[in-house]
Amino acid sequence: MESSFGCWRRGLVLMPFATCLFLLCAVVPVCDAAAGEEDIWGVSNSSSQNTEGQEQNNSGLPIVTFRWNHVQTPFLVSVWIIVGCLAKMVFELNHRVTNIFPESGLLILIGFVLGGIVWGADKKATFALQPTTFFYYLLPQIILDAGYCMPNKLFFSNMGAILVYAVIGTCWNAGAVGISLWGCYEGGAMGHLEIGFLQFLLFGSLLSAVDPVAVIAVFEEVHVNEVLFILVFGESLLNDGVTVVLYNVCDAFVSLGAAKINAAEIIKGIISFFVVAFGGALVGVIFAIILCLLTRCTKNIQIIEAGFIFVISYLSYLTAEMLSLSAIMAITFCGVCSQKYINVNMDERSVNTVRYAMKVFANGSETMIFVFLGISAIDPAIWVWNTGFILLTLLFVFVYRIMGVFFLTWFLNKTRLVPVETIEQVIMSYGGLRGGVAYALATVLDPVKIKEKNLMLCTTFLVIYFTVVLQGVTMKPLVKWLKVKRSAQSELKLIEKLNNRTFEHTLCAVEDICGRIGDNWWIRGWNRFEQKWICRYLMKPSARKSQDYLFGVFHQLNLEDAVNYVSEGERRGSLAFMRSEDAASVDFKKKFGTDMSDIMPDIMVNTDFNGLDVSMSSVTRESVPSVSLEIHENDTKNLRNNNDVNVHHLLQQHLYKSRKHHRHKYSRSHFSINQSEDEVQEIFQRTMRSRLESFKSAKMGVAPAKKISKHPQKDRQQKMSNGKSLDKSKAHPYGDEDFEFSDGNSASGGEAATHAFLYTTAGIVNRAFMPEMDTPPTMRTPPWLSQAETDGSVAPSQRAQRSLPWSPSNIRRLAPLRISNRSTDSFIMADCFPPTASSSGVA
Amino acid sequence: MGSRGSTLSKIPNVDKLMQETGFSQAHIIRLHDRFRALDNDEKGYLCPQDFEAIKELAMNPIGDRIIGAFFAQGPQQETVDFNSFVKVLAHFRPTDKNRPKESTSPDPINSRTNKLKFAFQLYDQDKDGKISRDELLQVLRAMLEMQVTEEQLESITDRTIQESDTDRDNAISFEEFRKSLDKVNIEHKMSIRFLR
Repeated sequence: MESSFGCWRRGLVLMPFATCLFLLCAVVPVCDAAAGEEDIWGVSNSSSQNTEGQEQNNSGLPIVTFRWNHVQTPFLVSVWIIVGCLAKMVFELNHRVTNIFPESGLLILIGFVLGGIVWGADKKATFALQPTTFFYYLLPQIILDAGYCMPNKLFFSNMGAILVYAVIGTCWNAGAVGISLWGCYEGGAMGHLEIGFLQFLLFGSLLSAVDPVAVIAVFEEVHVNEVLFILVFGESLLNDGVTVVLYNVCDAFVSLGAAKINAAEIIKGIISFFVVAFGGALVGVIFAIILCLLTRCTKNIQIIEAGFIFVISYLSYLTAEMLSLSAIMAITFCGVCSQKYINVNMDERSVNTVRYAMKVFANGSETMIFVFLGISAIDPAIWVWNTGFILLTLLFVFVYRIMGVFFLTWFLNKTRLVPVETIEQVIMSYGGLRGGVAYALATVLDPVKIKEKNLMLCTTFLVIYFTVVLQGVTMKPLVKWLKVKRSAQSELKLIEKLNNRTFEHTLCAVEDICGRIGDNWWIRGWNRFEQKWICRYLMKPSARKSQDYLFGVFHQLNLEDAVNYVSEGERRGSLAFMRSEDAASVDFKKKFGTDMSDIMPDIMVNTDFNGLDVSMSSVTRESVPSVSLEIHENDTKNLRNNNDVNVHHLLQQHLYKSRKHHRHKYSRSHFSINQSEDEVQEIFQRTMRSRLESFKSAKMGVAPAKKISKHPQKDRQQKMSNGKSLDKSKAHPYGDEDFEFSDGNSASGGEAATHAFLYTTAGIVNRAFMPEMDTPPTMRTPPWLSQAETDGSVAPSQRAQRSLPWSPSNIRRLAPLRISNRSTDSFIMADCFPPTASSSGVA
Repeated sequence: MGSRGSTLSKIPNVDKLMQETGFSQAHIIRLHDRFRALDNDEKGYLCPQDFEAIKELAMNPIGDRIIGAFFAQGPQQETVDFNSFVKVLAHFRPTDKNRPKESTSPDPINSRTNKLKFAFQLYDQDKDGKISRDELLQVLRAMLEMQVTEEQLESITDRTIQESDTDRDNAISFEEFRKSLDKVNIEHKMSIRFLR
């Protein structure tokens, strides 16, 4: 006991550190955190460990110990993540702030505050974003998310322009900024610095990238039109790759030294540039193919197929990195190329999982990046001020971006079908936000080779803040002020999609008539090629069959309708109408069957479907037999002399659980509503048997209807339970012997009961419901009425008793009063919704 | 330049044509070359067989409708001369804001409305000013090919009509057609880059 207390005390000694740490949120980031940590806590940790060891020797087994060192790094990482996310949550609470101030800027400011606190506590910049962390753990998911959610058609149709901006624009930015700075330096604008021409170029190249993280963060809030968005976004995505390549080439030149650079080296540099960039893209495509092929055969391991997407994409990133190709290009293209095929190959739930998980990762690391861009800046060591250098850099970065965009757009507009307007060009150049990539590249700079690393780092910081915060804040007003075309958020319309396809065909035809090979010719050629070859190998055969786009749109619209339908039902207070309505649209007679089910309460009890299962159940319902003779015989034998308890017991045994009752079974590999195969098999057999039976009796003209009133109450009880026990999913309330075991009959019963309030036991055993045939002249007393006369207190089953306290005899009277009553609802709803609407909703 | 001039001089009413369609001389010459290439027997006009000879067009699911559109410009036209050939193609010229609008023709051939009209007549084969359910079904059947069952086709058709049919006559009139495509950028989607 003493020892444990000792441990606690030691814990408490450490606690101030820890608590202070948590409170300040001053915890280490990712990665090299541990290294930084050692310095602060190295002393206290080691000393406490020593004493701990001694005490343990002294007093035996400690009950609890405080082991900070064991969990330090992952713990700190987690705490930082929480801090970042909490920060995001806090300012998302008030939309007025984020409306004016972009999220990215706010996160940076929060980073300043947190960094300041850390500094105040430690007098030392404990935490800084490490380039390894950035490139290996934070960046990949953002790029992957961007690639995976890329609007493919838009991206590829603007591919030319995007490439021009990304490659030529970036080179222009890098070169122009580097050379101009060098020129100014030579001109004496910055005093004396130990920076050579090549170092300036290197600096220019690391600043040239427009950052996708920052661009997405700002442009997503602005909602510019889609072409403008894809141009900026695609450019930022691809030019990251380009920048890293440029940077590497320049870095190699710097290492080589100016003296050794000759024409051959420069040519090699240029070749390497293209090889690295396009090689990266190629690696991405190869991994995308692997990914597609993999998802073709993950049917049986659905639960982990979503994981493949992440791992394979990440592998593409690492592989490209290993081959010193552009990793960013690789993962971008991996996402872009595979999205179409994996989305159809995978189960819909897996697709949703991937989408959400990807958003979580991407959003999370985006938050972390911005927070750390703020935190990392709070370090006086890096702040080397050189007014000339910093201001000129800001100026050049801004000006050359504008010049580059305008020149390239002017060039592109000569051939573009949809010219980029001047206003859009302004936004494009204004959207040249720098971000994490520039920072990470600046941190990678080798202080041995580049003496003024800190100056460059601090200038990079300023450029980032200037672009992300200032330009980010002013972006929205600017877009509004310039009246840039916003994205039209229109609802999905079948006719639009249909016309789009008509237009495509028309344009192709006109190109054929003109006898020229144009864009549409290429698009058509690609589509055909894809249909014929790519889809064959990369798509599941089943997915390939049902992939017509128009039909997909149609299906999606119907799904939307169904959802609206459900919410409409809930608004009205009950979803119960859905069941009958749904049944009515699937099968006319089922409607009456379900209506009857609340007259026969025992069946109702265990058949509570939830909204989503409705459609499925209505499909399966059709195959559910109302009775199986074999079971029925057994039941009658067993039950004849049994009391209610036994009935209930039997019910428990024989009744199929409706779908809502998940078997509470834990499984790591399956996440599905379990429906055992035995069950399906048995349902099938029963269906067939009952069909055969009903067919026989119909053929023979036998109408085995019996007078209910003749049955003793107990017998009836059994029968009813029979019916129920055979009835898997509630659809056939009248699985009662007295009433025939066919759908037709239950339907007729339902109709009679609900409309005429009189029950008829027609002997028609035809599955096909014929309204005119089921209104026989003889009207009989409904079973419950007869039963109520003999013994109203006996409820059909215990369950029924529990949940439906009213006696069967007054069901009819009560029915209109119950709000969520199924039968009343259903009749109201049946009037409200014409059958065509509902059928289109179900089809 | 000599050949160019001579080609142009062969075409009757070149200036008027250029003004109406907005095509440049280069375009007219190019299209004229193509016209002569299509015109096998040097008749000076095209008949449906000339169009059908284009292999790719025969494979186009709505190719026959597009051929039909060339012959539907005038009343009971059996042939297409160069002028109407160019005029039909002018529908696909991109609209450009830079070029000054001619005051003489307030509504050029490549205006939004005309592009829409062209698309509309592809559906409206009996020219009663309405896309009936059957007409739509035919187009859908041609374009969706064998991937969808007949029932699905019919429900897609019904749904499509429902979407735009405001007066509930189970057909789409031109007004309804235009309204339902309000948000679509027809100017871009019905334009071909090289006709610019």
